[in-house]
Amino acid sequence: MKIPIAVAGILLAGAALASAQAINGAGATFPYPIYGKWFEEFRQKNPSIEINYQSKGSGAGIAQLTEGTVDFGASDMPMKDEQIAALKVKALHFPTVLGGVVPTYNLPGVPDLKFSSEAMAGIFLGQITKWNDPRIAKANPGVKLPATDIIVVHRADGSGTTFVFTDYLSKISPAWKSGPGANTSIKWPTGVGQQGNEGIAGMVKQTPGAIGYVELIYALKNKMEYGSVENAAGAYLKATLETVTAAAAGAAKNMPADFRVSITNAPGKNAYPIASFTWLLIPTQIQDPQKRAALTGFLKWMLTDGQNDCASLGYAPLPKEVVSQEMKQIAQVR
Amino acid sequence: MNRLTFRKIVNNVMLTATGLCTLLTVSILFVILGYLIYNGGKSLDWGFFTKLPLPPGEDGGGMANAIVGSAEMVGLAALIGLPIGFLGGLYLAEFSGKFLGFAIRYTADLLNGVPSIVIGIFAWALVVVPMHSFSALAGAIALAIMLIPISMRTTEQFLSTVPNALREGALALGAPKWKVLATVIVPAAMKGILTGMILGVARVAGETAPLLFTALNNQFWPRGIAQPAASLPVMIYTHAIAPYDDWHRQAWAAGLVLLAMVLATNIAARWILSRGISVQKG
Amino acid sequence: MSATATASVLTRRSSTVKGDEIAHLVTLAFGATVVLITVLLVWNLWGASAASRSKFGIGFLWGTNWDPNAADFGALPFIYGTVMTSLMALAISVPLGVGAAIFLAEMAPPGLSSACTFLVELLAAVPSVIYGMLAIFTVVPMMREYIEPALKGAFGYLPQFQGPMLGVGYLTAAVVLAIMTFPYIIAISREALLDVPHDQREAALALGATRWETTFKVVVPYARLGILGSIFLGLARALGETMAITMVIGNDSTLHASWFAPGYTIAAVLANEFAEATGKMYTGALVELGLVLFLVTIVINALARLLVLATTRKGSAKAA
Repeated sequence: MKIPIAVAGILLAGAALASAQAINGAGATFPYPIYGKWFEEFRQKNPSIEINYQSKGSGAGIAQLTEGTVDFGASDMPMKDEQIAALKVKALHFPTVLGGVVPTYNLPGVPDLKFSSEAMAGIFLGQITKWNDPRIAKANPGVKLPATDIIVVHRADGSGTTFVFTDYLSKISPAWKSGPGANTSIKWPTGVGQQGNEGIAGMVKQTPGAIGYVELIYALKNKMEYGSVENAAGAYLKATLETVTAAAAGAAKNMPADFRVSITNAPGKNAYPIASFTWLLIPTQIQDPQKRAALTGFLKWMLTDGQNDCASLGYAPLPKEVVSQEMKQIAQVR
Repeated sequence: MNRLTFRKIVNNVMLTATGLCTLLTVSILFVILGYLIYNGGKSLDWGFFTKLPLPPGEDGGGMANAIVGSAEMVGLAALIGLPIGFLGGLYLAEFSGKFLGFAIRYTADLLNGVPSIVIGIFAWALVVVPMHSFSALAGAIALAIMLIPISMRTTEQFLSTVPNALREGALALGAPKWKVLATVIVPAAMKGILTGMILGVARVAGETAPLLFTALNNQFWPRGIAQPAASLPVMIYTHAIAPYDDWHRQAWAAGLVLLAMVLATNIAARWILSRGISVQKG
Repeated sequence: MSATATASVLTRRSSTVKGDEIAHLVTLAFGATVVLITVLLVWNLWGASAASRSKFGIGFLWGTNWDPNAADFGALPFIYGTVMTSLMALAISVPLGVGAAIFLAEMAPPGLSSACTFLVELLAAVPSVIYGMLAIFTVVPMMREYIEPALKGAFGYLPQFQGPMLGVGYLTAAVVLAIMTFPYIIAISREALLDVPHDQREAALALGATRWETTFKVVVPYARLGILGSIFLGLARALGETMAITMVIGNDSTLHASWFAPGYTIAAVLANEFAEATGKMYTGALVELGLVLFLVTIVINALARLLVLATTRKGSAKAA
C-alpha cells in the first residue's frame, strides 16, 4: 500500500512543479556544448523557463520537428525543400553560431598534419588505407608517418556535421560528389559509425590510427589532435575564430531571406573550408503564448548576450549583418 | 598405455575442463562487479545523488534527476503493468477454459519475447506521436508492456503451486469461488507472486532501448509525466559513448548505482523464494 | 425444506454465482489485454512498414544496399549481422556453458553447485547497457590489442580474419553476446541434466564407464532436448539485444566478410536511426526491419518452448 501512495505523491509533486515552463528541443550535436551553456545561463536569468535540449543529431532534430514531438529543432544542415514541404507547421531558420568541422586523428607523436584535398577525399573514399601513403606525405614533408591502418570514424546517426563535411568533400572531389554525395545520412564507403559528435570523438580518442570529423570544440575540449585543411585558395588552415569568420564573410553580405546558405570551401585566402552556420528551427506558429514568449525571449537573448559565450567555446559569433536580419525574423514567430 | 589408463586420463582432463568452464563463467560476474565497484566507487560522491547534470564539457554535476526519473517511470510502469498481469494470471490459473487460456498464454509468451527496441517503437507510435511530445508516461507505458507478461506468468505459476486441497476445502465450506481466491488462495501464493513481480520490476529498471524514443532524456528535474524525463540507463549510454572523461566517471558511478539496485533486488527476491513458500496448514 | 428456506438458498447461490461471474469476466478482460496489445503491436508494425513493403517486396530480405539518400533499402546486412553475431556468440557460449552446466550438475557438491548457479543467474540480471559500457572500456581494447592480432597471426589466410583491427566489430559483439547468454545456457542445461534419473547414471557406472563417459555418453544425450531448449532461449535473447551491441559493433551498414570488420544488427540500426527517419519510406524500411526481427524471435521462442515441452513430456513418460 505504501508504494502506490509514494508513487502518486511523486507524480502529483511533479505536476505541481510543472508550473515551470518546459520547452523541449532536439537536434544537432555540433553546437551542443554552447547550446547547453546557453540554456543553463538563460535558466539562471529566467528560473521559470527550462529549455531541455537533447543532442541527437540534425537528422533527428528535423524528423522530430516534422513529427511534431518537439517544440523546436536544431540542425547544421539547412532543411531541404522537400523537408520543408513535409512540415505541417512552417518553421524558420535562425542561425546561432559559426563553427568549424575539423579532421581529428589519433597518431601519437604526429601533431599538426596537413590534409590536402586529394588526401582528405582519398581517405574517406577508402582509397587511402595507410597513414604513410605518399598522398598524405606529399603535404607533410619531413614528417615521419607510421605504416598503420587508417581507421575512418563517421556518424551512425543523421548528422548536420556529416552534411557540412560531405558538402565540402563534394565540392573538392568529383568522385565524392557522384558517389556518396552530401546529406545528413549517406552510404559511407568505409569506416565505423558512432553516435553524435561525442561518439566520433570518443572513438577516435581511444583508437590509435583513427580519423574522424568533429566540431572544433570536441577536439579542443578533449585535447585531441586535429589537422589543417587545404582551402579553395590552396592554403592550409586550421579552424580558428578568424578563419571560420572569414569563411562566412561572403555569406554575411548576401544572406538570403530564409538564412539557408552553405559556406563550405568559401573563397578567400584566410577562409577555413569546412565551416558552417548552425540553425535553430523554430515553428512559425506556437499556440501556447507562454512558450512563444519564452522562445522569442531566448532568441533575443541569444542574439545579443549569448553571442559573447562563443569565443570561449571555440565557435565564432554571428556577423553583425546576420544578427540584425535575424532580429527582424523573430517577429514572424506568432 | 592400456585402454583403461587412457580412459582415466580423458576422464580427469575433461572433468578439469568443465571445472575451468565454470570458473571462467562465474568469475565474469566478479570481474563485472569488480570493475564497477572500483571505477564507480571512486567516482561516486554525494554530488552524484543531489546535483543536476552540467552542460557538456564542464566537470562536476550529478545524475540526481536521472535517479528520480527512473524511479518515477518504473514506479508508474509497475502501477500499470503489475495489476493487469496479476489479474490476467489469476484468470489463467483459476478461470480459464482450454481455448482462451491457450490463446492468452501463447500471446503472453509472444509479448515476452519481443525485443525491447520493438516495444519502444510501438510505444512511440502509440503515445508519443498522438501526444506530440516525448514523455515519462510514454516511457512508463513501454516498460509496463514489458511487465505485463512477466507478472502474468509469475502469478499463474505460483497460483498453480497452491495445493488443490486448499481450494476444495474452502469451497466445501460453501464460500463462493471469488471469496476463496481473495482470502485463501492468493494470500497463500502471494509471497512467490510478489517476489516474481519484484524481479520483473528490477529487470525493466535496467532497460534502455524502450526509453530511447519514448522518454527521450532531460537535464532538468522531472516535471510531471507529460514531459521527457531522464533515466539512469539512458544517461549511462549517452555518457559512456561520449569523449569527456568526467562523463565516463559519472557513467561508472551511475552503472554502479544501477547494478547495485538491480542485484540487491534480485538477491533479496531469490533468497525469499528459496526459503520456501509458506502455505497455511490446518 | 420449507419454501422460504429453499428460496433463500437459491438466492444465496445466485449471488454467489454472480460474484464468480464478475470475477471471471474481470480477470478475463485483463487477461485479454495481452492479446489486445499484441494485436495492436503487430498491426502497427505491419501498417507502418506498408510503403517499404510495397516498394521492395520480398526482395527486401536479400537487398544489400542501405541508402537513405537514394531511398533504397535492403535488409541483408542487418539480418547477416544479427544472425552472425548470435551464432558466433553461441559457438563460444554453448561449449563453455554446457561444460559449466555439466560440472555443476554432475561433479560439484550440491552446496557449491547451488551457490555457483545463483551467481551465474545474477549475470542474467545485469542490464544490457552496463555490459555495453564495460565492453567499451575492457573488451574492445583487449580485442584490438591482443586477441585480434593473435587470431590474425594464426588464421590470417582466411577471409574472416583479414582487414584492419578496430576493436569494434562482429567478433567483439559476438564475445559480448556470449557473456550475456551464459546464464541461460548454464541454468537451464543444469536443470535438464539434474532431471536425468539416477538409474541411468548408475547403470552406466555399473557397466564400468568412467564418470566422464557416463556424463558425455549417457546423461547429456538424455538431456539433449532441454539443453537444446536452453540454446534456443539464449539465441532468442541474443537476437533482440540492442544496447550492448550498438556500443561495440561499429555500426556500418555494409556487408563484410571479415569478422574484424564493423557491422550492424537490426536492433542496433533501429536504435541509431529510428529517431531521425523522415518520410514514409525510410521509417517504413526501419519498421519492416523491426517486423523481420519480431517474426524471427517468435519462431525461435516457439521452438524453444516446444523443446522444453518435449523434455517435460519425455521425462514424465520415462518416469511412468
